[in-house]
Amino acid sequence: MAVILKTVGLNKVYRLGSFFRAKRIQALDNVNITVESDRPVIIAVVGESGSGKTTLAKTLLRLEVPTSGSAVVYDKEVAGAGSRPSRREFLKSIQPIFQNPFEAFSRYRNVDAYLHETAIRVAGLSAPDARDAVAHALSSVGLEYNDVVGKYTNQFSGGELQRISVARALIPEPSLIVADEPVSMIDASRRMIIINLFRKLRDEEGRSFLYITHDLATAYYISDFIAVMKKGQVVEFGKAQAVMSDPQHEYTRLLLNSIPTTRQRWRPRNVAPATLN
Amino acid sequence: MIELNDIVVSYRTERGSINAVDGVNLEIPDGCIVGIAGESGCGKSTLMRAIYGDILSPMSLSSGTIEYGFNDRNGEPVTSENVRNEWFRTLSYIPQSSMNSMNPVIRIREQFIDFPGTDPNKKRVLEQVREYIGKLGLPVEALDSFPHQLSGGMRQRMMIALATFFQPNLIIADEPTTALDVVVQKEILLLLMELQEQMGNTILIVSHDMGVHYQVTHKMLIMYAAKAAEYGDSDSVFDEPLHPYTKMLIGSLPTIGEDRARHGIPGSPPSLWGDLQGCRFAERCPLATGLCRSQEPPLVEHKPGHFAACHFAGADLPDTGGAGWQ
Repeated sequence: MAVILKTVGLNKVYRLGSFFRAKRIQALDNVNITVESDRPVIIAVVGESGSGKTTLAKTLLRLEVPTSGSAVVYDKEVAGAGSRPSRREFLKSIQPIFQNPFEAFSRYRNVDAYLHETAIRVAGLSAPDARDAVAHALSSVGLEYNDVVGKYTNQFSGGELQRISVARALIPEPSLIVADEPVSMIDASRRMIIINLFRKLRDEEGRSFLYITHDLATAYYISDFIAVMKKGQVVEFGKAQAVMSDPQHEYTRLLLNSIPTTRQRWRPRNVAPATLN
Repeated sequence: MIELNDIVVSYRTERGSINAVDGVNLEIPDGCIVGIAGESGCGKSTLMRAIYGDILSPMSLSSGTIEYGFNDRNGEPVTSENVRNEWFRTLSYIPQSSMNSMNPVIRIREQFIDFPGTDPNKKRVLEQVREYIGKLGLPVEALDSFPHQLSGGMRQRMMIALATFFQPNLIIADEPTTALDVVVQKEILLLLMELQEQMGNTILIVSHDMGVHYQVTHKMLIMYAAKAAEYGDSDSVFDEPLHPYTKMLIGSLPTIGEDRARHGIPGSPPSLWGDLQGCRFAERCPLATGLCRSQEPPLVEHKPGHFAACHFAGADLPDTGGAGWQ
């Protein structure tokens, strides 16, 4: 079985303030996660704001250097003191998708420029091959090459633009895609389009995802594994079904209890006032 | 009762005028929480600003009237003309990013005194504020801090305290919990519901989270492309939605413990520029026919108190199966 993701004693401490009066913030506190599987998986990381979800993602993407510990993705060490793959090799195996697609792309450039650059610089393709790779990636997210080329960000909706960022991430054929809150900026009616897309890419193209979110319902819907984080620690980790149906940690239970569902009300509402018709 | 009579709110731009709210007729009974849902750009926030009376250029109320159904301090009925004098007296507003809406350079207690009260004695006002904060279960010491020293959830609760301190008849809350995580969101919504129950006032709450609406509201308004698509008692709207857009919106929510496949709504709402003919949802609607594309459906009462603007209101949607964006 392949090791899809393994973190060993991952710590990250941010220091805020001046040299003498620095405040320590432990963003990651001894994070140990091991995911082994034969087939690609979606791993969800859930937790409140400031729980360290994004720091975990940044560490795996090598945007932050961990204070101690190491991380392995698909048998390659990506963070820590061990030997590291070259930057290009790294970007070929892990790709990011960010929260706000309108900030991810410059509004002064055609969006397809980013796709072509990724194909040429990261995937190392020649110009004609790059065009085919871009067209292929766009078709796997349900978009047409000709509908995208030459357009600027303001000509797309948030959902379409986020699908273009997914397409960009697919071009180097990475084994893991790190998606940090990919649907929180997208309109509720179109979120499921992106979520279903992740599931399809896992099943049909063999991509694994690290899906960072605060929305437990979508995490339950698509993920195979779930890690629940609080104050930098992973308080509960396991198969998604098991964690959600039989939560062991008090914090997971609190999170599950707080979701506003459309099935059961938190408490009986007062009888509608007499003036209601 | 608040009555909106065919109101049209437009923005003046270089390309001409555009109607962000295009002919909305509503009767909102006193003492209930009304939820407003719809996608980005459907006119939710514009409608809220119009009701609040925050109508500044380039925005204007081009036609229609709003009747609030309550009187100001002098016993005159409140209308769109004098509603601005009633801000934070008989109606108050919890804005979209209310976490960041406080003055960052003065203490919270000063912000309470800043609001137009009737009592010129600062000390007495402050005493009342302390008592009120205590009643809400918030730490009184928080009043002496600056906004940045409080967590987002605490700032949001202070904002709610500010908005409810004068016991207004109407509170407008524009996405009051969007930036918060679920645990804090639940606490804040419960606080708001409790206050509403005690004061018996009307709250209009905008949110894109249908779960929040289900938990909190008595009535629901679903907006689509500047129009009201559906309006009715929340129980009725959630149990038996009439408009296909509402059905698809509720049907797209995943639920923990249910493994049924969910689908988003493909396509985008029409641009509000130019001639809009027929039903505005027709392009994305699986039920749309020639009639829908040529004739605009009016908002009609299909069941007592449950309105929908659809030629085929209540009809079953075809099973979309694997359809989605593909």
